[in-house]
Amino acid sequence: MAKTPKPDELSKIDYTPPQTAWTETPTVYKEGVWCFGAKPKNLETLHFPNPREWRVVDEDWKLPENWQEIVLNGMKERLDKYRSFRVFMDSCVRCGACADKCHFFIGSGDPKNMPVLRAELLRSVYRGNFTLAGKILGKINGARPLTLEVLKEWWYYFFQCTECRRCSVFCPYGIDTAEITMMGRELLNLLGLNIDWIAGPAANCYMKGNHLGLEPHTIVGNLEYMLDDIETVTGIKITPSFNRKGAEILFVTPSGDLFADPGTYTCMGYLMLLHELGLDYTWSTYASEGGNFGFFTSNELAKRLNSKIYAEAKRLGVKWILGGECGHMWRVLNQYMDTWNGPADFLEVPKSPITGTVFENAKSTKMVHIAEFTADLIKHGKLKLDKKRNDNLKVTFHDSCNTSRGMGLFEEPRYIIDNVCNNFYEMDELTTREKTFCCGSGSGLNAGENMELRMRGGLPRANAVKDVAEKYGVNMLANVCAIDRAVLTASMDYWVPSVKVTGVHELVANALIMKGEKERTTNLRGEPLPGMEGQE
Amino acid sequence: MYNGGKIIVGLIIFVGLFTFPIFYNMGKTAEAPKPNIDTPEINKMEKKQCVESKEWMKANHMQMLDQWRDSVLRDGNLEYVSSTDGKKYIMSLQNTCMRCHSNKKEFCDKCHTYANVTPYCWTCHIAPKEKEI
Amino acid sequence: MNAILSLIAVAGLALIAYIGVSAAGLQFLFGVVVPYVALAVFLIGVISRVVKWGRTPVPFRIPTTCGQQQSFPWIKQAKFDNPSTGGGVIVRMLLEVFLFRSLFSNVKFELREGPKLAYSSAKWLWLGGLAFHWTFFIVLIRHLRLFTDPVPGFLKGIEALDGFLQVGIPGIMISGVVLLGAVTYLFLRRVLIPNVRYISLAADYFPLFLIMGVALSGILMRYVLRVDIVGVKKLTMGLMTFSPGLPEGISVVFYIHLFLVSTLFAYIPFSKIMHLGGVFLSPTRNLANNSRMVRHINPWNYPVDVHTYEEYENDFREKMKKAGIPVEKE
Repeated sequence: MAKTPKPDELSKIDYTPPQTAWTETPTVYKEGVWCFGAKPKNLETLHFPNPREWRVVDEDWKLPENWQEIVLNGMKERLDKYRSFRVFMDSCVRCGACADKCHFFIGSGDPKNMPVLRAELLRSVYRGNFTLAGKILGKINGARPLTLEVLKEWWYYFFQCTECRRCSVFCPYGIDTAEITMMGRELLNLLGLNIDWIAGPAANCYMKGNHLGLEPHTIVGNLEYMLDDIETVTGIKITPSFNRKGAEILFVTPSGDLFADPGTYTCMGYLMLLHELGLDYTWSTYASEGGNFGFFTSNELAKRLNSKIYAEAKRLGVKWILGGECGHMWRVLNQYMDTWNGPADFLEVPKSPITGTVFENAKSTKMVHIAEFTADLIKHGKLKLDKKRNDNLKVTFHDSCNTSRGMGLFEEPRYIIDNVCNNFYEMDELTTREKTFCCGSGSGLNAGENMELRMRGGLPRANAVKDVAEKYGVNMLANVCAIDRAVLTASMDYWVPSVKVTGVHELVANALIMKGEKERTTNLRGEPLPGMEGQE
Repeated sequence: MYNGGKIIVGLIIFVGLFTFPIFYNMGKTAEAPKPNIDTPEINKMEKKQCVESKEWMKANHMQMLDQWRDSVLRDGNLEYVSSTDGKKYIMSLQNTCMRCHSNKKEFCDKCHTYANVTPYCWTCHIAPKEKEI
Repeated sequence: MNAILSLIAVAGLALIAYIGVSAAGLQFLFGVVVPYVALAVFLIGVISRVVKWGRTPVPFRIPTTCGQQQSFPWIKQAKFDNPSTGGGVIVRMLLEVFLFRSLFSNVKFELREGPKLAYSSAKWLWLGGLAFHWTFFIVLIRHLRLFTDPVPGFLKGIEALDGFLQVGIPGIMISGVVLLGAVTYLFLRRVLIPNVRYISLAADYFPLFLIMGVALSGILMRYVLRVDIVGVKKLTMGLMTFSPGLPEGISVVFYIHLFLVSTLFAYIPFSKIMHLGGVFLSPTRNLANNSRMVRHINPWNYPVDVHTYEEYENDFREKMKKAGIPVEKE
């Protein structure tokens, strides 16, 4: 594996484009940037075409004989199915407003990471094969034939886009590179050209219900570890239920929260909050994944993986679904789930049993974000909170791409943080809310072998954190996304080592005064609470 | 079509905007106005000749008037020598031009209205009295 | 290279019109046939492109949300940047189409020592783009004086505003000057900003030069070479009333202007200028973010292979029982 350069080395970035036109500049496949190709067993599990052993560095990618035909037919099919694709192919004027909005461009200086050029990679082939002017004028009109070099370039650059949609905020026509990348990845998947970091979790999720491949007993076991820790901290024994029929609410969260720090602390937060409320809810081991790596592969696979949530809600006979903190999970739930697998007419319009609030904004999909749920609780004064327990923290909040630009969840998490922490500082407003920067590793790019790419892509976010760390002494980066919790930890270690990462519900749980709890001396991480140092 | 209604309304507006002149002018002919030179002064002339040639005047009269104004008001120079025949004229809109072209409505306004031109001569100058037509 | 190619193409077009009219005497071709053909290509081309877009479904509701969603009454929703109703979408679209709201929010960055990334607002592109589009529109509207008889009253008002400086004879129209300035700016930024130059194709320079040519020939006609405007209007009115005629004595510069305009219009349906229609049909802008409230229907939604709960339980029944998880079949 390539060694990741040191931060001072990595931050020397040259933004001067090459002398040669981009169409004439051969792509250099840098180790540390690309991810390993999908393994045959994962593609087989998913019934995807062309499963085989292959290596990125090999000349021969073992493509089917008629791969061009497959890709061009696939393109035609998608042009006829997605207005977004067709309009975005036709409308770009190359004004360049998007060019410097991509975190990968800012972090790498590679001009093909400018969203406009990423789209041109596809658009050039579109022009050559699907437009009159492109067919007649060819190269003059910016058309390119679909060669193996072009295909490999697609693969390289469509797996250097995290589908964060930041560029689409600034585009005067709303051209969304996420759509372009999705189409590009769908086409690549027709030839078995996925990356294994996506195909693996997707295959796991398909067979075992979650990306990490946690089997049912492991899920229970993992949660039991957390429950023990909760008991140690609070003295309260929590006994959640699994796959319980007749529960009022099904709780679904990304499996990352069940597996590794600091996601597990967030998960402990859910457990404590839901227990304290006495909520009639259940976990599911079958629908044990809120996230959706199928979404990073193809529309069809995304739908296949997502189907489990409604299916399980129906089987268990719950009234509505509560969703944990996750980014792309909420893009999918907000913009896709109901369309794919609805109508959810077997569920009821979500109503908080604690406050009586009816979640009108989720009346069709019947799924509520836990930040909405908790903000409502706090607004109605249903939680006893001791903010001082978080006084050792100076918190800033990272808006996740998907909840920001695919949903608009801005105030709910901030309201919660404001009510559980005394020290909250915003980052530069040009890097938050709808202008937020990606963590650098979204859309399935949180592998290990592409660490250089991840650190480059993570630079803009990390740099804004560094700014508030220096200005206000911020030492905790809160967020509402499982991938953020995993990858921002790495990115902070690399760029801003003084800052740790947390989910919002970890902060809630630390501040939450539970009925019958013992005097807490530590937070969920086992660190002494402010004023309790030396008590343990 | 998907969202066909909205798209068709949009297209109708689009086509309507770009073909507006066709509908607006429907049933009309493309007759351009001819400036009328049937005035007593001009009829008296043996050779009907303006200060310069007709073609030149057609394209440049506005600039000539502009220069005349500057010449008279700023330099006090009232004499204009025709480049066509060397004849001398007094530079004056009211006393030279309008003496012959005493029919402003039929001579000036016809083309100006046709081409949607609004000269500001008459904000200072007094237009010749004409019978209402 | 792309720029030079485009410049040559536009110069060539002007030359074709010049030779065609002044040497070959093809006034009828350039004054009547070409404009009619161009108008037809433009209208049919644009309609068929839009219809093609329209026939493509919008499978998912994917607005780019640029503000707070609708959630609780006590949280203020960004009604236009994250609309949840049709009315909100209309306002969002109007702001986008008329004021280029997305471009207005443009930001640039700078990498300083440290590393330190500094961001700041960048409004020049917005300003240049807005100036270009609005003046182009006003100039287009002003041309109606040559296409209508009698001239509608509102044109007088527009001309009076546009020419309020009262400089020169005929009076300078601000829109024409700003248009030429804006199009020059758009060209210069393409050439001078390295990244923008890098992404620019011939198809980006060509329309700029074409519009520059149109504006220049127009300005030349009005202020310098002085075309017989009554003759010109006679020709255009002839076209509009389908009784085309060729008045004598119209200068060749008019035919060059007309040919460049015709080329521009005929070129539109095949080019990026179709963004004028695309902006209305962009699913990230023209949809309300209400997909959790109202189910969005995908017309081609089809059943997919799923791994059912039954299959899952079959895989893990014993493990589930051991872990105390309820199962359907014992």
